[in-house]
Amino acid sequence: MPRTVPIKLTVNGVQHELAVEPRRLLVDVLREDLALTGTHVGCEHGVCGTCTVLVNGESARSCLMFAVGADGAEILTVEGLGQGARLHPLQEAFREAQGLQCGFCTPAMLMVAYELLQQNPSPSEEEIREAISANLCRCTGYQSIVEAVQLAAARHAVAGAR
Amino acid sequence: MKPPRFDYLVPRTQDEALAMLAEHGERAKLLAGGQSLIPLLNFRLVQPEALVDINRIADLAYVRERNGGLAVGALTRQHALERSETVRRRLPILAEACRLIGHLPIRHRGTVGGNLAHADPASELPAVMLALDAEFVVVAKGARRMLAARDFFTGVLSTALRPGELLAEIRLPGLPPRTGAAFVEMARRAGDFALVGVAALLTLDAAGRCQQARLALCGVGPTPIRASEAERVLIGEAPRGAALEAAAERAVAATDPPSDIHGSAEFRRKLARYFTRQALETDAQRAGGV
Repeated sequence: MPRTVPIKLTVNGVQHELAVEPRRLLVDVLREDLALTGTHVGCEHGVCGTCTVLVNGESARSCLMFAVGADGAEILTVEGLGQGARLHPLQEAFREAQGLQCGFCTPAMLMVAYELLQQNPSPSEEEIREAISANLCRCTGYQSIVEAVQLAAARHAVAGAR
Repeated sequence: MKPPRFDYLVPRTQDEALAMLAEHGERAKLLAGGQSLIPLLNFRLVQPEALVDINRIADLAYVRERNGGLAVGALTRQHALERSETVRRRLPILAEACRLIGHLPIRHRGTVGGNLAHADPASELPAVMLALDAEFVVVAKGARRMLAARDFFTGVLSTALRPGELLAEIRLPGLPPRTGAAFVEMARRAGDFALVGVAALLTLDAAGRCQQARLALCGVGPTPIRASEAERVLIGEAPRGAALEAAAERAVAATDPPSDIHGSAEFRRKLARYFTRQALETDAQRAGGV
């Protein structure tokens, strides 16, 4: 029997007590144990960025963290952005500017955009591009994602959100 | 794929970590930021019996002034180094190089010591450490030794660290007045590994000639490379034109770049020449501005 370790995670403001095998990646615990499947699994070696979540307010690859390493942490996933069925204004901007495309990279794009706008409410196009360069989009549709972030910035969609 | 099973050990102090390492020897791996180790585990390229997770040893993460230079705890996150006021004041080249490591989510987790111990030949910090003549404090159960950066990197992903040892602190000497330092690189995408990176320092004398030059390159051989010949040709010369050209040529001669999908050896040599010149020109400007 694999040995499990008890951990506590606060995910999107909700506290969870779990028992996890030490080798379980944070992304798998989020998706499989907590059924938060908005965070995606891509390359599992830190290149594609689709698993990006905020850990204690800072972006991190959840495929490059063990859930045991996140014991006690506060985690924000894409499910924590909106309120119930109501989209977060950043998500609205992605919808309007067609930054969604196939949707696979979208949750992580939203998380890095959210982090960027929190720290820098009116980023330049170059700063937006640098921030989202952490994430690969297989639709190669970066332009509309950049425009979505610009739209959100123009509306002060994130400033003071947390 | 998913990581293999391992015994997960969480020391709360350095001594506890060293005892665990001594007990498990070669069968154990240290887990710091995990940004290089966890991909290797995910692909099962490494299968340690035990992982010693040092992330809870809070006193391994710090940046302090020391003898006019800096002492950096091995567990200091790359992003913390990048935004440290002390680093920006004392050795801004460190922040300049850190900013080019991976992407922000990687730098939030990735540690300085982990990056050095992983010893990727294309990685930025090892070259910067060579150029800064860094010294590494290496500890083991009941033992401690100092290793110069130039003796630390022994091959691709290989260092002089022995089983049971932990890289605890990086010591960086301060720089003399009228010194300029720069790190420049070319990568395919912001945050990717450098095809070629150059760390360069120049100290100018009162007449504006090179009193001291230090040059190290990454991405052009199995370890970061110190270009000593290139450093020599600069001494006593004004940092421009023919002298920089000669230095760039010697620097290229010191390299042994790989050819791969990202670029041929010839392309990397051209980049090494170009970026050596660019780094030295930036140094000269910065040294003059002091």
